[in-house]
Formats: sequence, structure tokens, C-alpha cells
Amino acid sequence: MTTPLPLRHAAEQEAARLPPLLARAEHLAGTVLLGEHGRRRAGMGDDFWQYRPVQAGDSRRMVDWRRSARSDAEFVREREWQVAQSVMLWVDTAASMRFASSKDLPEKSDRARLIALATAILLIRGGERVGLTGTTLPPRRGRAQIIRLAERLSDTQAADYGTPEARAMLPHARAVFISDFLGDITAVEAALTKAADRGVRGVLCQVLDPSEESFPFQGRTIFESVGKSLRHETLKAGELKTRYLDRLAARKDALRHLCRVTGWQFTTHHTDSPAQAALLWLHSALERPA
Amino acid sequence: MIGALGFTAPWLLLALAALPILWILLRAVPPAPVRRIFPGVALLLGLQDDEQISDRTPWWLLLLRMLAVAALIVGLAGPVLNPRSQEPGRGPLLIAMDASWASAADWPQRKELLERVLSDAARAERPVALLSLTAPEPVRFQAASAAQSRLPGVLPAAWEPVVSAEALSALLPDGRFDTVWFSDDLARDTRAELAALFTTRGTLRVMAGETGTMALAPLRYEAGATVIEARRSLSGPAMTLPVQIHGKDPSGTPRILANAEITFASGAQSAITELALPAELRARISHAALANTRSAGAVTLSDDSLRRREVALFAGREDREGLELLSPLHYLRQALAPNADLLEGPLQDMLPAAPDVVILADVASLSPADEADLTEWVTDGGLLVRFAGPRLAASDVSRSAEHPLMPVRLRAGGRSVGGAMSWGTPKALAPFDAESPFAGLALPADVTVSSQVMAQPDPTLADRVIASLSDGTPLVTRKPLGDGQVVLFHVTANAEWSSLPLSGLFVDMLDRLAISSLAATPEAADLQGSIWQAVQVLDGFGRISEAGTLPGVSGEALLDAPLGADLRPGLYQGEARRIARNVIRADTQLSAATWPAGTDIRPLQTEPETPLGGMLLSLALTLLLIDIVVSLALSGRLRGAVAGILAAGFLGLPVEAQNGDEFALAAASELVLAHVITRNAAIDDTALAGLRGLSDTLIFRTSIEPAAPISVDLERDELAFFPLLYWPITPDQPTPSDAAYAKLNEYLRSGGMILFDTRDADIARFGAASPNGRKLQALAAPLDIPPLEPLPADHVLTRTFYLLQDFPGRHAARDVWVEAAPPDAEQVEGMPFRNLNDGVTPVVIGGNDWAAAWATDMRGNALFPIGRGYAGERQRELAHRFGVNLVMHVLTGNYKSDQVHVPALLDRLGQ
Repeated sequence: MTTPLPLRHAAEQEAARLPPLLARAEHLAGTVLLGEHGRRRAGMGDDFWQYRPVQAGDSRRMVDWRRSARSDAEFVREREWQVAQSVMLWVDTAASMRFASSKDLPEKSDRARLIALATAILLIRGGERVGLTGTTLPPRRGRAQIIRLAERLSDTQAADYGTPEARAMLPHARAVFISDFLGDITAVEAALTKAADRGVRGVLCQVLDPSEESFPFQGRTIFESVGKSLRHETLKAGELKTRYLDRLAARKDALRHLCRVTGWQFTTHHTDSPAQAALLWLHSALERPA
Repeated sequence: MIGALGFTAPWLLLALAALPILWILLRAVPPAPVRRIFPGVALLLGLQDDEQISDRTPWWLLLLRMLAVAALIVGLAGPVLNPRSQEPGRGPLLIAMDASWASAADWPQRKELLERVLSDAARAERPVALLSLTAPEPVRFQAASAAQSRLPGVLPAAWEPVVSAEALSALLPDGRFDTVWFSDDLARDTRAELAALFTTRGTLRVMAGETGTMALAPLRYEAGATVIEARRSLSGPAMTLPVQIHGKDPSGTPRILANAEITFASGAQSAITELALPAELRARISHAALANTRSAGAVTLSDDSLRRREVALFAGREDREGLELLSPLHYLRQALAPNADLLEGPLQDMLPAAPDVVILADVASLSPADEADLTEWVTDGGLLVRFAGPRLAASDVSRSAEHPLMPVRLRAGGRSVGGAMSWGTPKALAPFDAESPFAGLALPADVTVSSQVMAQPDPTLADRVIASLSDGTPLVTRKPLGDGQVVLFHVTANAEWSSLPLSGLFVDMLDRLAISSLAATPEAADLQGSIWQAVQVLDGFGRISEAGTLPGVSGEALLDAPLGADLRPGLYQGEARRIARNVIRADTQLSAATWPAGTDIRPLQTEPETPLGGMLLSLALTLLLIDIVVSLALSGRLRGAVAGILAAGFLGLPVEAQNGDEFALAAASELVLAHVITRNAAIDDTALAGLRGLSDTLIFRTSIEPAAPISVDLERDELAFFPLLYWPITPDQPTPSDAAYAKLNEYLRSGGMILFDTRDADIARFGAASPNGRKLQALAAPLDIPPLEPLPADHVLTRTFYLLQDFPGRHAARDVWVEAAPPDAEQVEGMPFRNLNDGVTPVVIGGNDWAAAWATDMRGNALFPIGRGYAGERQRELAHRFGVNLVMHVLTGNYKSDQVHVPALLDRLGQ
């Protein structure tokens, strides 16, 4: 039985983390100017787009009689194509993300959360529906969804490496996967293929710590994963550097290749570079037509 | 104890046995790996290390650690180099010392060891008594501290201990005591019995020298060479000893007359070297000494036995050239030449050579100058021997009044007996009186006298006759004159008037008159009943000192008695000769001491006790530090910062260096005043500020425009650039080195000037009355400083720029000293020309603290108050004027001096 006091304390601590995250995400999102609205072409929607002369094949019901009565020709009224996009986020909350190589750097999960939430804020402002992959938080509009996203993103996971959640993906939706992608690549592969099957396009954002890129280790070392499930002992860590870097590059190549074949986009973000760069890249990547 | 190494806690060394176990343990344990959280480990899985490195500790690291641990163990065991024997003793401790001349050579070591023994005894609170076997006194035990206070007075005597066991046991108190015997290393008869005596009273420990004793035997004169013989107590390997022959030079100054080297053959105990010295030089030898051994045995005094007397022969006019056998000097030469050095020539040339005897053969009258010199020489102790002859008989010398250089008055003409025209027969000699110096000489029957000069029967005649003829007429007369004496043979020195010169008696008589050499060592019988007075005595270290008022020594004792407090080695003066009593006699043999079996003999240990524990512990610590760094490096924990800190730790202190060229440039580019660094910061600052103020004054008032003054380090800096050095004196400033003095003298000779300032004119006058004055005397003693005089009123310093009569600084004393004018300086209008050093005095000495009066800060404000009110400012102004005059004097040389003398110079040029 959990005692109420520690529970409440923990709850308040968790809750206290939300506003700063929200505020930082809002702040980050505020740096991106939202200049584009709508799809700029005729389609399904509520807003008027244009009148055009009736062409062969248009049914009679499509003729806008009020406009046609003012002239000799018959016109069809077109509306702007306004399809609300659904964007599904998956942020790796596994243990491997809770790592920072120095005190000056944020943890990877921290940065991942920030980028994800800021992206969500931007998208929701743009009128899109944002949710999480899986069934926990389906895409919705509105500010309340941001609060809910923030809550869910603050969850943590005990497993060492996260696997992308690819269930309950809306067809033709957009997806953003943020992780370090250091775990088993087959899960990523499966998730991406599944998403591609459903016509979901999206973005892979790999968040890495600088030490994971440079491998600055020497001497006899036991490397352990954050969750302590994996360990590797070496006598000369310095000797491993090139081979590790080769493997990292291979992993990135694999991810890039996966993205290319599934129509996704891939980027790598380092926690020592500003989050804004990643956010801008994500935003523009999502704006790109599918 | 292992050799000279001892341990205070030797049992700890057993821990060294644990080292191999530690080795195995340490080898089994690999260095701890670093644990790192690293999410990328997923990518690392399956990567193998390239090389199969053993994860054991590298052997060299192990060795390092082992060394560290071993150093720790040995360090904790308390190793001590040359440990003092830690023998806990209790009860009274007698310290017996031979304190003989043979101990003097290594006396400092003995004394150090003695101090150590005493301090050990003081720590153990043992009563201590000091017993010097050369000067035994009743033994009284007292606190070790009291004995320590007596220590400076314990000195080696110049003789060997002569005390016997019986005599010593009477001096020893009852009860048991331990004995430490500081012994020399010479064999002695009493040694065994003394050792037995000490052993019966308690334990005996002997501290004996090991080096052996070196000594010089008395100098001998053999076959034209001076023989120096050295002896040693241990027949060791071959060695060479330098010997110095000391004596007086012609001006009477003690000097080293000659240097020689004596080489001992391997195993030999004595060695000789021969030195061919001119008789002149040999006669002046006072003593010989082994150059690097300080003991009375290493010094041997020489006495008359080495001397050959110098006899000056003068025959007046020798007009009978070629008649050798008739020459008045021929028989004298034959008699004296074997053992005396003969001089012949004009009297004026011979007297300055200080002959021992002057013989005038048939000389009637001398020139007044000769006579005065000769009289003075006799009065000073010379022996004048005159022989009669036709000329003396024919002259009026000492006829009516007694001539000073004649012992008696003479009758006119003399007499001739036994000749063809006379009655009677040639006279024989009467036996000599007991008081006569010739007493005891056998009279050959064939000595006859046919002619003689006759003495006037004066009242004093009877006292003066020392030999007479059978008819009672005097043959030899003698009278004292001052310290010397005049002897007259009433016959000729050749065989014309008598057959005396042909006989052996003639030689004996000359001998008795101490005319010929006293080469032979006197026999005891010769010295019977005589009393000899010590002139010079030796102390244990071989230092020669004047004897003062030591009681006289009887002749027999002088020859045979052993040396002791009553008979010190030295030079003894008798009636007519000197005898040296040396520590080493001709027959003394040195041999090494032998001790009864079982005696506890320790060497004189001179190395100080050195604990090595701290060194080893710090070594262990250093090794461990290295181990830390190496371990960190091995395990990859060593960061650049640590390395940086270590590297910074190895950086040396910045080195202060004054570049010689820069200094020369700074000093020589412009005129620069300088002061000598005294190492007293306040004085140096004042001096520098003073010179700055003086430089400013010079710039404002004169055409001299000096640059900023410089502080000069005498040891390091070149002085030639500075016209003037200001040298404030502090009692505690370091004395310059010899090189610095050489530089200073060169500086003074080449026209530099030093202004010495004792800065104490308020409390002391010129001289050694104050500490500063004494320091100045000490500092200036090696300097080449001419005679000084107080700055005269007409000195050119009083008028080189300003007209000055006072030279105040912060104090206003009149005592300022400069080079004295030469006594024969030409006075022109009362002003002497001073020509030395271009007319510039090389030193100015005073105590007025001029720098304080001149001193200004950077803005030109005076730093020190001078006097009071306007008068004080006036004094400061005068101080500045003195400075201006001084610098002007240095820079202009004799120009200003000549200006003073312009009228006289013009006058000389005839214009």
C-alpha cells in the first residue's frame, strides 16, 4: 500500500516539472513564425477559395446558382482544401535517453521532450491535431491537448532502449519519432514499414549526446547502459573508438536508408547544439507536402 | 649496525620478508576498471580488444610499489648513517686526554667528539671529570655542563704525557668510574700501565686517532746541504709532504724562505730531503714546518748549530803583493775557512752584511766613518778581534788615551825579544787562568813569541788580560764594549812575531773566542751549571710565541730532561749561543701505539650522525605519488588538467638575472651615479633616492646631466662605468669577495672615486669608535687607499663649483677625509699640487649621511628632514653643493686643480 504523503510529494514533484517544460516549449515555439495557413488549393474545406467556370464533368449540383445568375456563364464555387492533419508523436522515454555526459548538457530525454512539445505547440497553433502514437492519447486539437501531451511526455520508462509505438496509426497521418535509436533497429524498421503501409509519412529525429559521437574514453573501462541491463568491458577503451564510430555511422546510414525507402525524413540532433535548430528543421520537414 | 649504517628499530626490517607475499597479492589484483554509464554500449557489444593484454598490473608498476613499500619499511626502521653508539652509561665518567702535540693535528675532531661525549653525559646526567695527562691535576667529578664550560680551555700541550701510573692513581678519587681515553697514536711506555689502572676502576674506552703522526726531525747541516728529515708513526703507503722553511728576510720580516717536499717511500717511517741553501739564507732559517700539519712535532726550530759564523777579515793595506805566506790574513783564513764563512773587502761593504766577527789584522787607524760604524757594530754585540803588527806598533793609536776599539793602552814601539840584536830568548806562553776563556787548552811547548806590542800598566789591565806570556806580559787582552767586546792579540796574525799561528792552539783559541763555528752539539759537560733562558716557545699546535718571563732552565736539563711544563720546546738563549729544544730530537723515533689486548678502541669518528628515515619516507611518498599518477594514466583517469598542474609544479622559480650587456648599456650610455648595495633595503633605498636627488640638482645647476642612478652589486657588476660610487656603511653588510676587491682596487687605480659614508657623524667621530667605523675599517683594509688627511681648507674640493668650507649631509660633522697631499708636494701660494690619480682623491670618507640629505622622491620632494627651519634648509643646500662639488671634482680631474694654480702656471710659463 502506498502511503499518501510520498505519493503526493512525488506527484507534486512531477507536476512541478510540467509548467517549466510547457513554458520552455511555448517559448521555443514562439520563435517560429507561423506564416502559412491552409493548403492554398481547392479542396474540401469551409473557406471560400474561388469561382471557376463549369467544366465538362461537373455535376449540376456543383453549380453555384447565385453566382451564375449574375452572369451568362455558369460557375462552380470551390472551397479551399482544408484537411486537418493528424500528427502523431513518439518520444523515446526509455532509460537510455536519461543520459547526459556532463553537467552542462541536458539529458537527451529532456531535449527530446522539449522538441516534441514545442513541435506539438506549433502544430496545434497551426490547427492540426496532435497526439501520441499508440492508444494513450489520440490526436486532438486545442490547448488542452498540449497539457495532456506534456503530461504524457513526462512519463518515464524503465526499459533500457525504447521501441517505437506504431499501433493505432491513423492512415495518411504524419508522425514524428524522437529517440536516440541506439536500441534494436529492427523495431524501428518494423514501425516504419507499418507506418509506410498505412501511408503515414513522418520524421525521425535522432537525439545524441556529444560523447556518443566522439567516444572520448581511455583505459580499462566497463561500459554500462543506463538501466544496467547491458555491459561491456574493455581494457583499452581508446582502441574501440574507431570501431564504435564506424558502427554509429552504420546505424545512421541504416536509419537514413530506412527513411528513404519509406518516404520519411531523418535528422540527427546533438544535445550540445540549440534545440531551436532541431525545431525549425522538424517544422519545415512537417510542412513539406507528403 | 651494518658498516656505518645503524637502525633505531631494526626489528621492523623483518617486515621486508613480507614483500614477496605483497608482490603476489598485488599481482593478483588487477587495477580497478572505471565504470561508465554509456547508452552507446549497445553498439559496443561484441567488440573485442585488439590485443590480449593481461589485466594484471604491469611488472614495473609493481616494482614501483614494492620499492615504495620497502622504502617505507626501511624508513620506519630508523636508519642512521654513522650512528653514535648508544651506550647507556651510568656513574661517573672520566675523560682522560693525552692532549699531547701528537693530538694537535686532529684536535678539531677530538674536540668535536669530546663535545659529543660530554653532551651525551649531560643527557645521562653523569658526573664528568676532564683529565689532561700532559698536565695532570687531581680529578674531581662535576656536572657535565661545568665540564662543557671548561672545554674551550682544553688545548694540547707541546709535550707528551709523562705521568706514571702511581702518580696518576694518587690523583684519582676513590670509587669506580668509567673512562674514555682520548689518545694520540704514539707508542709510550706508560700506556699499558695507565690502561690497566683505568680498567681496574671501570670500563675503558679508547678513542684513538688512525691517521698516524707526522713530525720533523731537527734540521742538520751535512756536506754543504741542509737536511730535512720527516718521520711518521705508521709505515703507510708512499706519500709526499710539503715542508716550508721559515726565516726572516733581510729587512727582518718573517717569510717562507724555501719550500721543499719530502717523499716517504712506501713502508718507510722516515724520509729526508736535502736543500742546498746559500749560507746567507741558511743563517736566517728560524724554523721548518710541515705545511699542512698543525702540531708542535711538525715544527722544528733551528739554532746556532745550523749557522756558520760570518767572519769579516780586514787587513788594512796589503802592499806586499804575492807574498801569500806573509799575508797577515793567511793563517786566519786557514784556521777559519773550514767552519766559518769569510768575508773580505772594504769595511763599509762588510759591516752591512752583519758579520758575527770582524778581525782586523795589523790595522792601526780607520777612517772616521769606518770607526764610527765599527764602534756601533761592536756596541750592538759584535766581536772585534785585532791583531797587532808593525803598523799598530808604529802608530799612535791608544797611546796616551785608550782607544775605544782597543782593550788597552799601548806603549810605543812594542818590544822584540830573542832577536839577533837583543838579549834573552823568545818567550813561551804562561798557562791560562781559570777565568780565561782559554782555560784548559793544552800549551804546546814550541809556541814562542819573539815580538809583541806592550800594554801600558793601567789599573784595568789585570782584568783585561786573558792570556799572557811566561814573563807576565799580556798576550791577549779583552774588554767589553757595549754588548760586544774587543779582543787584541798582541802579536801578528802571521808567523812574523810568533809561532802561535802555526800551532793548533791558534785554532783552539779562535774557537774559544766563538769566532769559528759552533757546529757540534754541546755536550752535557759543556753546559754544566749554565742557565738558559727561553726566547721562543712552541705550543701544542706548533705556534711559535715569545717566551716572556718563563723561568730559566739549567743546561743539563735542557739537554736531557723530558719536555714538560717546566721545559717547553722552544729556543733557549745562553751566554753566547742559542740552543733549540725541539719536540722531536735527532734520536726520537716515532712508532704507533700498542694497546693491551681486549682494549675497546674506537676511531675518532668525524662524520656526523645522519638519520636517513625522513629521506626514505619521503622517497616512499614520492614513489607512491608517482604510482598514483601512473595508475591514473593507466586507467585513463588522468585528465589534462592534472598533468597541467604537475607540469606547473615542475616549473622552476623565475630566475632573476641582470643581463651584463644591458647593464653595461644602461651604465655607459650616459653619465650615471651609482651606490653600492648594502643588502639593507632601507639604506639602499635612501642611497638611491639620494643619488636621484643629487642627479636632479646636477641637472638643474650644472652642465652635468646624469641619468637615473644605479645600484651596483660589487660581486656581479662592472664598476668601470661609474665615476663615483657612493658606499654607505652598515655594520652588517657582507664583506666583498677577493674578486670584488680586485675589481674595486682596479677601479680606484683607474681614477674612480668612492665616497664612504659611515652615516654616524651625529654620534661618532672618524675612526673605529662606532660599529660603522669599525666596519668601514674592516671593509677598506684590503683596498688600495693612499694616506688620508682631513679635508684641508685649500683642497680643490672646496672650490670645484661652489666655494665651500663645510660639507654637511644630514649631520654636519667636519670630519671629511681625503687623500693626503704628498709630503713633498710643491706649495704654490700655499696650495700643494696633488698629482696622484689626475689630482682626484680616490676616496672621500665621512659620516655625514649625505644620501639622506640629497634624497628626494620621484617628484623632487625631500624625503628626510634636515635640521630645523631655515638653518636646516641651508644645511641641505650645502649638502647639495658638496655633492655638486664632488661630482665636478671627479669629472674634471686636475682641470679645476690647475685653475686654482693658473697664476702659478702662467708664472712658470714665463708669461
